[in-house]
Amino acid sequence: MKSDPHPFADTHLRKRHRRARWFKNLTLFAIGLSISFLFYFLTDMVVKGLPAFQQTYIKVTIHYTTQSQSNPFAALDKSYRKIISRAWYRALPQQMAVNPALLNTQAEVWALADDQVDQYLKGHYHNLKPKERTLVDHLQAKGEVVLKFNALFFSHSDSKIPEFAGLKSAMVGSVLTLFITMVLAFPLGVMTAVYLEEFAIDNRWTQFIEININNLAAIPSILFGLLGLAIFINLFGLPRSSALVGGLTLALMTLPIIIVSARAALRSIPDSIRQAGYGLGLSKLQVVQDHVLPLAFPGILTGSIIGLAHAMGETAPLIIIGMIAFIPDSPDSFTQAATVMPAQIFTWAGMPERAYIEKTAAAIMVLLGVLLSFNGLAIYLRKKFAVKW
Amino acid sequence: MENKIKVTGLNLWYGDNHALNNVSIDIYKNHITALIGPSGCGKSTFLRCLNRMNDLIRNIRITGDVVIDGKNIYDKDVDEVSVRKHIGMVFQQPNPFPKSIYDNVAYAPLKHGQVKKGQTCDDLVEQSLRRANLWVEVKDKLQQPGTSLSGGQQQRLCIARTIAVQPEVILMDEPTSALDPISTEKIEALMLELKQDYSIITVTHNMQQAARVADYTAFFHLGLLIEYAETETIFINPVQKKTEDYVTGRYG
Ligand SMILES: Nc1ncnc2c1ncn2[C@@H]1O[C@H](COP(=O)(O)OP(=O)(O)OP(=O)(O)O)[C@@H](O)[C@H]1O
Ligand SMILES: [Mg+2]
Repeated sequence: MKSDPHPFADTHLRKRHRRARWFKNLTLFAIGLSISFLFYFLTDMVVKGLPAFQQTYIKVTIHYTTQSQSNPFAALDKSYRKIISRAWYRALPQQMAVNPALLNTQAEVWALADDQVDQYLKGHYHNLKPKERTLVDHLQAKGEVVLKFNALFFSHSDSKIPEFAGLKSAMVGSVLTLFITMVLAFPLGVMTAVYLEEFAIDNRWTQFIEININNLAAIPSILFGLLGLAIFINLFGLPRSSALVGGLTLALMTLPIIIVSARAALRSIPDSIRQAGYGLGLSKLQVVQDHVLPLAFPGILTGSIIGLAHAMGETAPLIIIGMIAFIPDSPDSFTQAATVMPAQIFTWAGMPERAYIEKTAAAIMVLLGVLLSFNGLAIYLRKKFAVKW
Repeated sequence: MENKIKVTGLNLWYGDNHALNNVSIDIYKNHITALIGPSGCGKSTFLRCLNRMNDLIRNIRITGDVVIDGKNIYDKDVDEVSVRKHIGMVFQQPNPFPKSIYDNVAYAPLKHGQVKKGQTCDDLVEQSLRRANLWVEVKDKLQQPGTSLSGGQQQRLCIARTIAVQPEVILMDEPTSALDPISTEKIEALMLELKQDYSIITVTHNMQQAARVADYTAFFHLGLLIEYAETETIFINPVQKKTEDYVTGRYG
């Protein structure tokens, strides 16, 4: 028999340690890989999207004349015609109609540049003619062409003129849609969870309901779009493309997520709390409402916000119910045609003009920002409402 | 000696498991009755029959009578919520609500409409905490969470919470098994004080505890009530062989 150098020597141990190290490195590699993908995606988005938060403006002198009232192109020097946005020209007659005092006056303003000029300035591909390029270079040297913060991106809605296109209608649409979703899915989901966890007796019926809810959570979201189309639009005759139908559809989709997470939160509350309540002669409602729900609330809230964030990023079911439409005016009611941020991203991603690429990336940044703040809110609320044990 | 609870022919099944077999027992007012017996013999089950806590368990069947103050609590016209108000319960693990000490005591009386918010409620809280021998320790931190107290204090808080509802009977299921000897002593002293006003039924695995506090002791075995008599008789002079084996530690 071989004598061991010391009583704790174990030759097998080294092999076990090596395997443990190997496994640990594998897990580290997995994390590293996903982080680098995420990092690549985020930098790509930021690099592509950041320029969209700036837009080119050109200093011009407007001549408000009777002629320019019918032909806005006459308001500026002819050489500016190709480098100033058509949308900007188009707005002039309206401006003069509203304010007749402008007639026969002049004004020096910063006018929105054409998207090609904008792309040229940002160093992207453009199709400016050499003549226009020299003009822009010349103006830039004089300081009459500048990049300014793109407020239009947030105050304007979608447009076929790229420099004029903004995210407003999509943001308003998202807010309206999510409002409907939240107002429906949160109370319904929490109520269902409370019923199933606290009141229901374990029988075939409740098992059947339970299985269905779990299955519902796993259904591809596009099918919810078909469901929404069949029920809300075809059966109930609600207006197509509207935030109302979108919200209802997303509520259907979010409901199982909220139910499942709320049930988990309720289940994590120890039975001893319920026993304490019943032992004092409290009714079921008193026990649930005053003792179980407050404890489960942070968990329920977190689950619900995650569910809503999920709904916010959802596109497929909304395409089916027509929320992908071109919406040049932001909706101001639940029944008007609307679109949502991810659908807007989808639309812009398919546009041929180069200028939409940066808009797409910028919209993704805005959407990600909103989703991140949702998650932050979830964490904050969980901390805030957490009850110390 | 006045009879408080009269149980006759009580049977209980958990599904097919016959957990209580034809139990009949008289429990006396203003006395402490201890339930002893090996694990799984049905002590907790029996205790929960006395305030209908078993109603919360699924798949259960109960027959027999539990007559408290002349009324069978299993009669159709009796609401189990009201039964639990009259028959308080203290559990093995201290389970204060994650609320302030004050709210722990005040919550149920307020809900039952026994007191109104304000001075009367404050008085009730103080009085209940005093009765539970906890007042001195917590009077300056009534707004702190009940869960911040030590285990023994928590258990006394649970007792204070129970007596705040002004029950007539207090059921205790191994109230000191999670506590250290000093806390245990305090709870035992408290039980002896409380029996002036309440009838107490306690489950315990601690023979010395039963001998120290209980006036009467019931020995359960496999769902049967084997022997029930004054504590002294059970420990010194039991009639049944099984009881003797158990109390002398020869069981199993
Ligand atoms: N909720 C329940 N559902 C099904 N069976 C149960 C339930 N509670 C207890 N039982 C069964 O009933 C029998 C008696 O249990 P009980 O809890 O009353 O025993 P016990 O005397 O209190 O034991 P211990 O001293 O360990 O607490 C046991 O066989 C147990 O398995
Ligand atoms: Mg027990």
